[in-house]
Amino acid sequence: MTETLYIQAINQALHEEMERDAEVIVIGLDVARQGGLFGATRKLYDRFGADRVIDTPISEAGFTGAAIGMAMEGMRPVVEIQFADFVTVAFDQLSTVAAKMHFMTRGATHVPLVVRMPYGVNVSGEGYMTGAGPHHSQSPENWFCHVAGLKVVMPSSPADALGLLKSAIRDENPVMFFEQKGLYYTSRAEIPDGEHLVPLGRAQVKRTGSDVTVIATGAMVMQAIAVAEKLDADGISLEIVDPRTLVPLDRETILTSVAKTGRAVITHEAPATAGFGAEISAVIAEHGFADLKAPIRRVCALDMPVPPGSMVRATMPTQGRIEAAVRELL
Amino acid sequence: MFVTVELTNDVLKDMHRCMVQIRRFEETAGKLMEDGKIPGALHLYVGEEAIASGVMAHLSKEDQITSTHRGHGHLIAKGGEFDRMFAELFGKATGYCKGKGGSMHISNMDLGMLGANGIVGGGPPIATGAAFSNKFRKTDNVACCFFGDGASNEGSLHEAANMAALFKLPVVFVCENNGFGEYTSQANHQAIVDVADRAQGYGMPGVIVDGMDAVAVFEGAREAIARARAGDGPTLLECKTYRFYDHVGVRGMGLSYRSDEEVEFWKKRDPIDQFEAKLREQNIMAEAEIQAVYEQVAAEIEAAVQFAEESPMPDPSTITEDVYA
Repeated sequence: MTETLYIQAINQALHEEMERDAEVIVIGLDVARQGGLFGATRKLYDRFGADRVIDTPISEAGFTGAAIGMAMEGMRPVVEIQFADFVTVAFDQLSTVAAKMHFMTRGATHVPLVVRMPYGVNVSGEGYMTGAGPHHSQSPENWFCHVAGLKVVMPSSPADALGLLKSAIRDENPVMFFEQKGLYYTSRAEIPDGEHLVPLGRAQVKRTGSDVTVIATGAMVMQAIAVAEKLDADGISLEIVDPRTLVPLDRETILTSVAKTGRAVITHEAPATAGFGAEISAVIAEHGFADLKAPIRRVCALDMPVPPGSMVRATMPTQGRIEAAVRELL
Repeated sequence: MFVTVELTNDVLKDMHRCMVQIRRFEETAGKLMEDGKIPGALHLYVGEEAIASGVMAHLSKEDQITSTHRGHGHLIAKGGEFDRMFAELFGKATGYCKGKGGSMHISNMDLGMLGANGIVGGGPPIATGAAFSNKFRKTDNVACCFFGDGASNEGSLHEAANMAALFKLPVVFVCENNGFGEYTSQANHQAIVDVADRAQGYGMPGVIVDGMDAVAVFEGAREAIARARAGDGPTLLECKTYRFYDHVGVRGMGLSYRSDEEVEFWKKRDPIDQFEAKLREQNIMAEAEIQAVYEQVAAEIEAAVQFAEESPMPDPSTITEDVYA
C-alpha cells in the first residue's frame, strides 16, 4: 500500500494505461508541455512524446470531436476538459455523435473515449481555483446521465480515482469521468500495490452502519463520513454508500443498504432540482418503498449559480445540513 | 509514395456513371418518400452530383469521409450499394445500419464512410479526428469532410479547421455551397460570397471550383488530396453548386424562398447534362453508351427497391440492443 494524492492517482492511471496500450493518447489544452492545469498529466509528454500527448488550441468541440473520430478509427483517446463547465461547448459532439454512434451503426463502430472533467467547488482552499465562481465550479454530471450511450463516473478517493480511470480507459464506451478538483490535493489515502482496477457500475459501502443510509458522491463522501464519525458519539449509526458510477448505476447496493436502515439521505454537490439525487430517490421509492421508515431527504447545492469566493459555502451541502437531515429522519 | 488519379477516359466514364447513379437513386428515393413508403425526412442531393463524384474519384476505401444530412450521394460515390442503402432508408434489417441509422445517419465503416450527420456542422471535428489517426498510424490516407455553406457558420467547423491547419492534418474540407442554409439564402446568412475566403484565416489554401462541373471538381480535389497525402496539410475546397429539389424531399414544405427563374437558371447548368455534352463532343461516350448506363442503373435501382421492400423489419426485441458497446 502506498499513500497517494487523488491527483497522483489520476496521473498514475494515465501512465499505467499509456504504458500498457499504445493506442491510448491524451489530448487537451496544456496537457503536454504544462502537464495539465491541475497537474494531472504531468510527465506524460516526457515519457510518451508529442504523438500521444497532444496540446490543442482552446477548442473543446474541436478536440473532443476529433477524439471521437480517433476512437472510431480504433484509438483510445483520453480528453481533458480543463474545467467541467467548459464541456458545454463540446456537448453536441458527446451527445449527438459519441453517445449514439454504436447504436446508429448497430455496432459497426464504437467510441472508446474518456472525457476527464475536473468539477465542483474547491472549498478546501488548497490547490488551485478556490471559489472561482459560476463558470469554473459547477457539477454537471447529471447533464450526461440523461444521455443514453454515455457512462458517468465520479471517484471520491485516490484508490477509486486510479481504479476507475483505468477501467474507464479500457471500456469500449464513451465515459464521462468527473474528478472533484477540491480533492486533487486534499484527498490523500492508501492505494493498493500492483494493478488496481475498479469495475464500472459497482457502488461501494464506504462505511457500514445501521440507522440511516447516506448516499454520497464525489467530495460529499468525505463530508458524510465526517458526519458519521461525529454522530457515533450520539449513538447514531450511518452507513455511507458511494455509487462511484452513476451510469450504469448499482441499484442493488443502494437498495440493500436502505432495506437495512430504512432511511435514506442523498447528498451531492450539484443543485437539487433534477440532480442525480432525484434519480436515486426515485429508484428507492420505486423499488424500496416498503423498507422506508421515513421520507427520503436530499442535501444538495441550492438551485442557483455557484457564487464566487467564500459566499459559495452558504449554497453548498455542508456537514451541518447532512447532520440536520439525518436527525430529522430519526 | 502515393499515386495520383489521372483524368483518363475510364475515370470520366466512372464519374458519369456515379452521377447517374446518384441522380436516379435520389429521384427514386424522393418519390418513395412522397408516396409514404420511406419514413422520416430525406435531404436529396440532386443537382450536386458533380461534387461527390469528382472528389470520391480520388479516394479509396481506406480514405475516410464525413457527410451531412444530405449524404446519400457521398455514400454512393464512396461505393455504397443501392440495395443496402434503400433498405436502410426503409428502416429494414438488411440496411447498412440494420435499420437503426436511416437517411440522416447512414454510414459504412468498411467503405470509410463515417456517417451522415443530423447536426449541421457535426462532421468536421470527426473528420479531423480521423485525419489525426491517419497521421498517428503514418498512413497516407486522407479524410474528406463534406459540409455546406450553412455549416460554414458553425463553430465546430472553425475549431476543426484551425486544428487541422495547425497540425497539418491530412484532411480536405469540401464546402458544397448550394446557396442556402436550409431556407435561408447565403446572402442572408453570411456577409461573404466565397466561403473559401475563410481558408486564409485558418492558414490553409482556399480553392473555388465550379461545383456543377465534375471535371473542375476532380481537378480541384486532386490537388487538395495530393497535398493532404503528402503531409502538407488541409485545403478548403469550395464547390459552387445548387440543390434542384427542396431542402427536404422533392417539393418540400412548399415554402417560397427562391424564384422559379433562379431554379431554372441553375437547371440549365445541370452537372450531368453538361458532362454528357462534353463526353459526346469529345467522342468519349456515344449516345448509345450513355443510354446504356441509364438502363443499367434503372435496373439496379429497381432490383434494390424490391430487395428493400421485401426485406424484413428489424426484430422489435432487438430495439434496445447496441445502446452500449
